[in-house]
Amino acid sequence: MKELNQMTLTFSARSVNESFARVAAASFLSQLDPTLQELAEIKTIVSEAVTNCIVHGYAEGTGSVRMKVQIFEGNKVRITVSDKGRGIADIPQAMTPCFTTGNEDRAGMGFSIMQGFSDRIRVRSRSGKGTTVVLDKYIGGRHDGSNL
Amino acid sequence: MIDYNINERLLTVFIHGEIDHHSAAGLRGEIDNLVRRYSPRCLILDFAKVDFCDSSGIAVVLGRYRLMRSLGGEVELTRLPDNVRHIFDLADLRKLVKIG
Repeated sequence: MKELNQMTLTFSARSVNESFARVAAASFLSQLDPTLQELAEIKTIVSEAVTNCIVHGYAEGTGSVRMKVQIFEGNKVRITVSDKGRGIADIPQAMTPCFTTGNEDRAGMGFSIMQGFSDRIRVRSRSGKGTTVVLDKYIGGRHDGSNL
Repeated sequence: MIDYNINERLLTVFIHGEIDHHSAAGLRGEIDNLVRRYSPRCLILDFAKVDFCDSSGIAVVLGRYRLMRSLGGEVELTRLPDNVRHIFDLADLRKLVKIG
């Protein structure tokens, strides 16, 4: 599938950047004329993926997060969020609703929300090497991207 | 940021802005301070002015639910924007708290 446009950001794994990341992704994808609901879903899945890197990948402020956003033909969007942190020992367990290795201030619902608000999610992780989450989502179908 | 009013041990907290991992810690502290100060029998969280909410918002509600239960009270959620309602529905929060 042909890539039409892309952007990549690298930023410090600090919680203040969660808002920046989701607004940057939503702003970049506004060229696809998404609905308000689609924009809210994009912001939410980015926020969940980036928060996972910050909370679970690193102790706060000790690493960086890379976010790549691609637009493909057919209104397909791919958001790839990766860290070089601790990695996930058991991915199926991590994706189980309400499971968290965080404290009681985490709900353990991040992966469930990413699954619910995207069309496909893939997680790759190696212990001690980091984690990459790839989220695919189709936007609207009102735009073929030919004027990009 | 929050505003609140207290009326006959009914504490209504109006949450403003975005609820994410970054903002949630401050939000939890502010609400819990009010709960400890007023000992309400019911805590109502008003989401009408919330622009964004991710799973951190679920944890905020669950934590306040546990706190209020430990004090013999309850939690209600009101005026949820569609995006917030969608997130809370995914977590089945309705099983634990009343959503108006």
